[in-house]
Parts: sequence; structure tokens; C-alpha cells
Amino acid sequence: MSAQLWGVVAACAVVTALIKGFGPVAVGGRDLPAWTAGVIGLMAPALLAALVVTSALADGQRIAVGEQTVGVGLAGIVLARGASVLTGVIVAVGVTAGLRALGS
Amino acid sequence: MNEEPELQTAAPQRTPRESFRAGLRAGLPFAIVGFVLSLSFGVLAREVGFSALGAIIMSAIVFAGSAQFAAVSILGGGGGVGAAVAAAALMNSRFLPMGVALAPSLPGGWLKRGAQGQTVVDSSWAMSNLGDGRFDRHFLFGATAVQYSTWCAGTATGALGGSFIGDIEKLGLDAVYPAFFLSLLLAELRDRRARFVALAGALIALALVPFTPAGIPVLAASFAALAGLRRQRSAEV
Repeated sequence: MSAQLWGVVAACAVVTALIKGFGPVAVGGRDLPAWTAGVIGLMAPALLAALVVTSALADGQRIAVGEQTVGVGLAGIVLARGASVLTGVIVAVGVTAGLRALGS
Repeated sequence: MNEEPELQTAAPQRTPRESFRAGLRAGLPFAIVGFVLSLSFGVLAREVGFSALGAIIMSAIVFAGSAQFAAVSILGGGGGVGAAVAAAALMNSRFLPMGVALAPSLPGGWLKRGAQGQTVVDSSWAMSNLGDGRFDRHFLFGATAVQYSTWCAGTATGALGGSFIGDIEKLGLDAVYPAFFLSLLLAELRDRRARFVALAGALIALALVPFTPAGIPVLAASFAALAGLRRQRSAEV
């Protein structure tokens, strides 16, 4: 493996550690103002919804709807009906792979 | 139709040991999914020119799936070191607001807090959120510990046995990641306000996709959580 790739590994490790450590180091040890509780409580739905749509509907800087979108959509239905995360993932993978097999 | 997904979440009344064990149990389904994800990362990394050892070490010391995929994908597309690292940083930028949110729940000096902050991954962070601005850190540690183990194991499997696995996209494995996040999201949609914020976050992210580098849309979506200010003001009136 080239020195360049090892450099990427090392730099990604450092950058990730700095980003993950920033909040706890800079803000930790003291209580945040009371008004932040409501914002923090809503951070998860905001970030997770963004992660879902960008991973299911974005291909680089392009909005793209394909087999994967259908698979994830059907997974969403079974998850909303109470299925486990494993069942949801299996549905997403199975439907996506099935549709691609039919299309090829 | 209104049932919540069967996800275990953190509970404030547990002892640290009980919380850690509960975190281990809650993290297990995500760890299994993470195994599949990291397996596909191992295959991809080898295709781009990583040695098996290099791929495994990257998973062990970076342990951030979206950042790893972003960096390796850019290298695979002919991008340079700077672009790969910048993409990884942008993908990880969502950990900034997550870390700030978690910070008041972490005790100790700055070094200890910084070290504890390294245990944040999306699913552990979301599940350890007690919903009132606090986090159960021992639950977080447990949920992350089990996911870290399978993340490294999956990478090793993919990097060493990739030739037996085949085409990741053909197998539909690229659907694992969004389905994984969707399961976490559904567990967070407890009330109308959370659903509104999720919708706003999704729309912000989608609107920015064509105009910004990967990572920025997700980071910008965190502004949707400012809707929480309105609830606070309403409570004060």
C-alpha cells in the first residue's frame, strides 16, 4: 500500500478524533443553558432524517431515485410496522438486489 | 401502523454497569448491520489499492463509516489525499453538534472528556439520548463497544475475502446504510414536533445536495433542531 494511502488513513484518524473530541473538550464540564435542552433533544431527528435522504436519494451532487430508493422505502414501511432493524435491512437489501437483477 | 420499532433506548434509572450492558444489547442489531457495512468497506478499500492491513487499521482508528466510504470513494475516483480527507471531515462534521449535545453528560478533565467523545457513533448517540438534554454515557459506551468489534471484524472479512463476495451494488448492500439510519429515525419520531423537525431536516439536506459538497447537507440539517427553541419559549410563557 502506498505512502499516500497511509497518509489518508492517518489524516482521517486525526481529523475524526479532533471533530469527535471538540464538543466534549470545549463545552464539557459545565451545564449548557436551559434553552439548549429542547434543541439538543431534536438534534437526532434532524440529523438522522438528513442522513436517510442523502444516502437514499443523493448520488454525489445529484438527486437520484433508483432500486435502492424503492428498497429503503419498503424497509421504512416494515420498520414503521414494528419490524426489527435487521428485518428492515434485509428487506432493503433484498428488494434492491431483486430489482437490479430484474433490470439487468 | 402506529407501533414504535423495537429499539431499546437508554433509561436514566440504571446503574453504570446495567447501562453498559443495556447498551451492549441495544447495539447488537446495529453491530450486525455494521458488520455488513464494514464488509463492503473492506471490499471497496481493496479495490482502490489499500492492503488488507491498511483497510483494517483504517476501520480500527477512524471508526466512522460514512467518512471512510467518502475518503475511499474519492481516492477510487482519482481524487487526491486532500480531497479524500476533506470529504471525510465533512462527512464527520455532524459529530460536532452531536459532541456539543453530549458534552454536559461527560464528567472529568478535558482529556477524559475528549476520549469519551471518541465513542460517539450515530446509533449509540441517538439511543443514549434521554430526551431531556442529557445522555446516558455508559449506555453509549456499551452500544459503541459492540459495534466497534463488528466494524473491525467486518472490514477484515471484506478486505481478506472480498473476491468471494462479489459486486456490492449488485447484492444491494448499498441499501444497508440508509435502512440502518431509517430504523434509528423512526424510533426518534415520538411526537409531532420531532416529525416536523425530521421533515425540515430532510428538506434542508435535499435542497443543499446539488449545491454543496457531501457532508454539508447533513450538517446544515441540524439547524432544523432550532425548532426546540420555540418549545422552550412556549414553556416560559
